[in-house]
Amino acid sequence: MGKTLYQKVWDAHTVGTLSDGRTQLFIGTHLIHEVTSPQAFGMIRDLGLQVKYPHRTFATVDHIVPTVDQDAPADPLAAEMMDALRRNADDFGVTYFDLGSGKQGIVHVVGPEQGITQPGTTIACGDSHTATHGAFGAIAFGIGTTQVRDVLATQTIAMESLKVRLIKVDGPLKPGVYAKDVALDIIRRLGANGGIGYAYEYGGSTFDNFSMEERMTVCNMSIEGGARCGYVNPDEKTFAFLKGRPYAPGEDEWDAAIERWQSFASDPDADYDDLIEIDAADIEPTVTWGISPDQGISISETIPDPAEAGSEALRASYREALDYMQLPGGTPIKGVKIDVAFIGSCTNGRLRDFREAARFLKGHRVAPGVKAIAVPGSQITAVQCEQEGLDRIFEEAGFEWRAAGCSMCLAMNPDKLVGDQVCASSSNRNFKGRQGSPIGRTLLMSPVMVCAAAVKGEVADAREVFEVDGSDSAVA
Amino acid sequence: MLDRIHLHSHLYDHVALDKITSITGTAVHLPGADIDTDRIIPARYLKCVTFDDLADKHFHDVRYDPEGNATGHPLDDPRFKGASIMLSGPNFGCGSSREHAPQAIYRSGFRAIIAESFAEIFFGNSTTLGMPCLSASREDIDALGAVIGNAPATEVTIDLEAMEVTCGETRFAITMPGSARHALTAGRWDPIQELLDNEGQITAAGEALPYV
Repeated sequence: MGKTLYQKVWDAHTVGTLSDGRTQLFIGTHLIHEVTSPQAFGMIRDLGLQVKYPHRTFATVDHIVPTVDQDAPADPLAAEMMDALRRNADDFGVTYFDLGSGKQGIVHVVGPEQGITQPGTTIACGDSHTATHGAFGAIAFGIGTTQVRDVLATQTIAMESLKVRLIKVDGPLKPGVYAKDVALDIIRRLGANGGIGYAYEYGGSTFDNFSMEERMTVCNMSIEGGARCGYVNPDEKTFAFLKGRPYAPGEDEWDAAIERWQSFASDPDADYDDLIEIDAADIEPTVTWGISPDQGISISETIPDPAEAGSEALRASYREALDYMQLPGGTPIKGVKIDVAFIGSCTNGRLRDFREAARFLKGHRVAPGVKAIAVPGSQITAVQCEQEGLDRIFEEAGFEWRAAGCSMCLAMNPDKLVGDQVCASSSNRNFKGRQGSPIGRTLLMSPVMVCAAAVKGEVADAREVFEVDGSDSAVA
Repeated sequence: MLDRIHLHSHLYDHVALDKITSITGTAVHLPGADIDTDRIIPARYLKCVTFDDLADKHFHDVRYDPEGNATGHPLDDPRFKGASIMLSGPNFGCGSSREHAPQAIYRSGFRAIIAESFAEIFFGNSTTLGMPCLSASREDIDALGAVIGNAPATEVTIDLEAMEVTCGETRFAITMPGSARHALTAGRWDPIQELLDNEGQITAAGEALPYV
């Protein structure tokens, strides 16, 4: 019986077995940011420890960065966090992509962009969206701050092995349907807790045909379905993406690296603990209506009616969600008014996301009264978009073109919803209060659907708004 | 009760962690599915470089309305003041990896959580703080919730050796992965010392990985 990529990477990184039965797992690449690392460095200092492999930890600042002007004086708490990261990186010899580097950005955009993210590696970060890096065939997962300490001090963590579920999506996506819809559809099918105990391997022809950015979008949202890590087997697209990037292997090591990377791909006869098969043609543009990422429906469906829920528990959960969202059950999601449109985040803040959104947005105007912001995932992404003139398309349409950061995905910077505003958002979470106002409301969707909502001032079918007929679809 | 978090600063001196074999205290029931870490600790409270100020910030935005008025949340019900055991529904702690979430719960006086299921990162973060997360059936949790709803002062005991909960006449089985149970009952719930002890194997593992 063959092995999955997960098993191969796990085996290659196993240090030993701990007294409680867990594996001591070597973490080859450690990514850190300003929110979850200062306490870990504090613990290291308290314990009198050092960073064991400083060259395997990479830092950037993303969550709290202001996006109107990155250099604007930050509020005192944000400034303290930035200072702490700068000092910790300095004191312990960790590479830091600071604001002035031209390379700063959301940690899950920066890793791949720099070629730090590589196949067959283990990657940990104090951030639940670390599974993003699984798009490259890495085993990547979020950890808590005490585990950040463990990685800093020992380059290892204590962890229990996961089961592997193969999620196979086959066939071409319909025009106007995107990787984001695939992610939301999977989460809707399997539930927000469906992935507990599993790593997700995403496969099938839909994933084979996806760009690296699209693979990242789906892997990114694994955690919203409860799976701590998700990955795609490395292939030619993976290698082509990495070639020439600053931290990727150089010319003289390239062939050996590819050979090694390919060896980690799941064997054709690998044994999976579970298999889910999805026909890509069944996936529609998807929008969330509730307060959990699994509360999603296709754009043509109606918001669930609690009266029709199959169980008392489900009824209670629908009621709680609809009460918070101030939406009536049994009515169409299409036409729900929005106040804010947000394109960005580690889910959908990459060049291809902005390119595709701009392609449709060009020539349209954001509806009066809608505040629309586009936030590139990194400084490099921003420059790439600007070189293509995408920033002007967004600005001419009435979007604000911002500087790189996490921004309104979790609103730790000044970008926040106000009161009970409704936001059409390309981010990953629609939790209560997620976007900075304790009563703010989030509707998750693809960047192109965010553009359609921004233009109409309400949730709309991008295929109708932009007259998508599939004849010129630029996205695989 | 020993301040377990404080022990972190003594770890390297080989001070043993307490063996956590049972937790006794009063309980509060927070029903609902998918209670996420943003709800447990809103992101604005993550603007800090220590965990020191997180006490009583837990569940802030559902305990207070935007004007700062108490909403009558069970956590603020005087009958449940001083509770050290939290009861909840499925997928508790889903979402962000922020350790601030279990830290806020712990620093607000809680020493164990019983729920239908837990998100993995939250579970691991809690275990490493010495705050056990136990799973039980919905029926058993609801029954216990009803008991404490009627008699909030009733003490609940979680026995990690027998893996059961008792509260007056109510008694039911709980589960948790064997590794976490072992770590807690053996006083090894913070693994740092053991990780450090394997220095030689770590170096060997690193040397075998060409990219490290």
